Amino acid sequence: MLAPLSWLKDFVDIDVTVEELEKKLFDSGFEVEQIIPYGDKLDKVVTCKIFKIEQHPNAEKLRICQVDAGKYGKLQIITNAQNVKEGDIVPVAVDGATLATGDRIFNGKLRGEPSYGMFCGGEEIGITDAFYEGASFDGVLVFNDDFPLGEEVRDLLGLKDYVFDISVLANRPDCQSIVGIAREIACALNKPFKEPDLSYNEVKGDDEKIDVTVLDNELCPRYIAHLIKDVKIEKAPKWMSKRLALCGLNSINNIVDITNYVLLEMGQPMHAFDLKDLENNEIIVRRAENGEKIVTLDEKENILNSDNLVICDGQKPVALAGIMGGLNSEIKDDTTAVLFECAKFKRDNVRKSARTLGKSSDSSKRFEKGVDEYTTERASKRALNLIDKLGAGRVTAVRVDVSAGKTQENKEVRTTFGKINGVLGIEVPKDTIVDILTRLGFGVTVDGENLVTVAPPYREDVEGYPDLAEEVIRTYGYEHIKPTLLKEAQVTAGGYSKEQKDELKMKRTFVNLGFNEAMTFSFYSKKDISALNLREGDCEGQTILIGNPLSDNYEVLRRTLIPSLLKVASSNIKKGNTEGKIFEIARTFIPKTLPVTDFPEERRYLTALTFGGQDDFFTLKGVLEEIAEIFRVKFNLNVRADKTYLHSGVSAKILLGDKEIGVYGQIAYETAAAFDIECKVYALELDYDALAEEFNTPFKYVNLPKFRSVERDLALVADEKTTCAEIEDVIRSACKNSVESVKLFDVYVGEQVGVGKKSMAYTVTFKAGEEKPLESADVDAFVKRILGSLKHRLGVELR
Amino acid sequence: MENQIAEIKSNITAEIQTVNSSKELYELKSKYLLNKAGIIPALMKELGKASKEDRPKLGQMINALKDWATQIFEGKDAEITEVEKKARYEKEAVDITMPSKKTKVGTLHPVTIIKNELVDIFAGMGFKVVETREIEDDFHNFTALNTPLEHPARDKQDTFYVSDDFMLRTHTSPGQIRSLKSIEPPFKILVPGRVYRADDDATHSPMFHQMEGLVIDENITMCDLQGMLDVLVHKMFSETAKTRFRPSFFPFTEPSVEVDVSCFECGGKGCKLCKGTGWIEILGGGIVNKKVLENCGVDSNKYTGFAFGLGLDRIAMLKNGVNNIHVLYDGDVRALKQFKD
Repeated sequence: MLAPLSWLKDFVDIDVTVEELEKKLFDSGFEVEQIIPYGDKLDKVVTCKIFKIEQHPNAEKLRICQVDAGKYGKLQIITNAQNVKEGDIVPVAVDGATLATGDRIFNGKLRGEPSYGMFCGGEEIGITDAFYEGASFDGVLVFNDDFPLGEEVRDLLGLKDYVFDISVLANRPDCQSIVGIAREIACALNKPFKEPDLSYNEVKGDDEKIDVTVLDNELCPRYIAHLIKDVKIEKAPKWMSKRLALCGLNSINNIVDITNYVLLEMGQPMHAFDLKDLENNEIIVRRAENGEKIVTLDEKENILNSDNLVICDGQKPVALAGIMGGLNSEIKDDTTAVLFECAKFKRDNVRKSARTLGKSSDSSKRFEKGVDEYTTERASKRALNLIDKLGAGRVTAVRVDVSAGKTQENKEVRTTFGKINGVLGIEVPKDTIVDILTRLGFGVTVDGENLVTVAPPYREDVEGYPDLAEEVIRTYGYEHIKPTLLKEAQVTAGGYSKEQKDELKMKRTFVNLGFNEAMTFSFYSKKDISALNLREGDCEGQTILIGNPLSDNYEVLRRTLIPSLLKVASSNIKKGNTEGKIFEIARTFIPKTLPVTDFPEERRYLTALTFGGQDDFFTLKGVLEEIAEIFRVKFNLNVRADKTYLHSGVSAKILLGDKEIGVYGQIAYETAAAFDIECKVYALELDYDALAEEFNTPFKYVNLPKFRSVERDLALVADEKTTCAEIEDVIRSACKNSVESVKLFDVYVGEQVGVGKKSMAYTVTFKAGEEKPLESADVDAFVKRILGSLKHRLGVELR
Repeated sequence: MENQIAEIKSNITAEIQTVNSSKELYELKSKYLLNKAGIIPALMKELGKASKEDRPKLGQMINALKDWATQIFEGKDAEITEVEKKARYEKEAVDITMPSKKTKVGTLHPVTIIKNELVDIFAGMGFKVVETREIEDDFHNFTALNTPLEHPARDKQDTFYVSDDFMLRTHTSPGQIRSLKSIEPPFKILVPGRVYRADDDATHSPMFHQMEGLVIDENITMCDLQGMLDVLVHKMFSETAKTRFRPSFFPFTEPSVEVDVSCFECGGKGCKLCKGTGWIEILGGGIVNKKVLENCGVDSNKYTGFAFGLGLDRIAMLKNGVNNIHVLYDGDVRALKQFKD
């Protein structure tokens, strides 16, 4: 919020520098985002009186003026301004002056004639009509006042000011106002807070009776209406319009300006109705009827429903409560009777209505932050005080105060000094605690160790001793907190759990295998799913949708990470990174019901993807075998997968026992193409949680063999359809515990082996028993048995 | 025979001059010294033919010749070995400026790296890691954290809803609630994880990472929070780093503070990174609001605690000089490869 220093000074004596004030506010929890200086640069722009004007001899458009600039003496000024005449008092920038724009002015010559300065307009001084009548005119500003000569214009117009742009924390709506900030400053500087003038004179007359009915007390707990008669609509005085301008508001007329002034100063939005537009002199506060319409001050028609609160007269809506008045009852130049509204509307209802109607105003923004009824009442009086002060009308005795809710009770906290200091961990002296709370407006009663505090009525946030501790320490200063390291806490064991360590180990395994960990959003688009060409009922498509996504791209909560990683691959390729290996472990979201009425299941998925390099299907198979070895699980990787988004001939299931926990293989060309990927991409994806359940085989050292193993190469000829796994199975089962490993090292298909056949070359490693080394004869016997078995079971022959 | 010996000597001396390789040397050596057919052993056989009195003398002479020849050959052998060794190394020399054969390991994500680093620091202070769900209900994400429907905190947070009551968590604080409900105090926990908010620009991503910390015990104070944070910044940034509290507001802590660390780029003098203030905001925290404890059935008269939450992405960005959060989530491999554990 914006707070001009000059306005704050109405309520507290500020005798520190702007920088010191900023620091004090910061320490109390009010960060100053920005300090906007006004009239700060303006220097040596002074008043002068023109006593003689002549035509410039060498320039048609220039005139030579002789002026009296007080202590700066009599000066000759050349001007092109046509709006000045002899006898005018105008601002002049004399030799060495600085304008509001920062430009400097020095003595010079214009077409041969010396000029000892420059006349200024509103722009050079940095002001508009809101500050001084005529300042918005494009020319030299001619003063209406009989100002003394040679005086600084910034002082005469009171231009030197600083506007503090302060961010106020959400729990302190009471500080969304000049008086609120001034109260905080008073406490921080230990100065008295000067209450705003709430006095006014009620003058009775032959006044109408006003009826106010609040039909929804929950949405409108307080409604104060006060009638002003004999109103004369005119411009507000400069001191008022100037302050509004510093806070970014335009001046409209005296009545509207008073409501805005009160909004800024007291933090209470108000509204003014033209009484003659209120049917039956009646106000009814109620929920709108569905389809009811109102045209608001912004000349837009709003179609309402029962969630919207409206202010109505005897017949029709005349305002959207807390948001904007109706065009049908606005203050006009001929308004003579005004009904002031000062009310409290429920904040979340104002917020919802403002959002759904797409209408936001200074009033609605303020109500959304929260207004307290204490302020509501005082603000209504401040408005009447300003009516009196401006002579804008007669304050009548017609006042209706619908205090619908119970009267607000000031919040009392009973506690001890020990509890307050117990939160802080330091010993703030009792006197200091009492002093700080008193300065903040709390009523404090002390009885030994005990104290009873009564929060000021505008402090609805204070509920217990921790709040008091906060009030004390932010005023006393957080620099008093002295670090202790969990002095009285019990020792606890820290760190990752086994399960968490396993996940990290899995990540490191992939890192060691050359993969880079990626993190992608948990959501993607429906289009990303359709790229998988799923079949009816495929689980990847049974997803939870975000009801209010940022865009279609972030709508689907994923059950597979494949589209996310394909998008990463695609964007890399587009940027010229034609090669990459990435992986991610992330939660996927599995609905129990749709729409979601219960916590969905969250399962971690592990997905890795490699594109553009030397890797292929068998690289991923190798990765999975490495994982199986490291984490001591057994995979069966030899069963073809059946996924629409994988190459039907180059993909397989990841089986853990009999359970399918994932798939791996080449991404189907259509799916890759949907992500603009032309190269081959290989991916593996598995249900990490399902895998991790099996991480329970303890490690045990295996004794090294006493005798060395023996290798034999076998070149076999098999039917083309015979798989490598079938042959390996036969080899292993032919001589059960004696085969250490079976490695295929060559496959050949061609004329030499015959049509429909293939040649497969294996290295079989035999291990010795515990008792004696393997003899050549032993191995020969094994090989014989293997060959017999191969021929018998698979029709495989030695080549 | 004496002449013979002299001749052999001079022959060896002459022939050995022409030897250039180990092979030639071996041949020469065989010619003279080989047991059966060699010239010198043959000489020894002839000794029998010499007169009895000449024999010892001649025997001595032949042995001397044998020793001499052996020495000559050994000498030559050493010489040739040296030459050949040198030649082999010279021949095998490579252009060492040629490119390396790479076996690249991969990289962990910068957020994982920072998370591990922080967990290490906090593990030493007795914090264990708890990970909780990402889809939360209204109770865990807001209500139990003392953020009722009308509360201002809800104004600030734009939440992704999956149904009326369920949403993607907007912070890791629901992890506090789940821990308070399931773990018997006293305890110290960290809750790292993904969080989601409807915000997307250079400094905001709709998905990002937080880490929540929570200590529940008896007599926990603001001083303890400060002490723990000092350990954090000393280990995370530098031993000379300082922290600063400033008043703040969170519904689930009271008092609440924002915590700044003295700028590790300029040491507090003011620079671009700290926007001239000398301080960088790193986390928010405070004393756990009694209502939060009560909402979870924890005795708020007996137990107190502090909680804090920090942005893992923010710390990863600050520490690594990343100025756009999307670098973390775009998956550009050139970026990912830069972050080494």
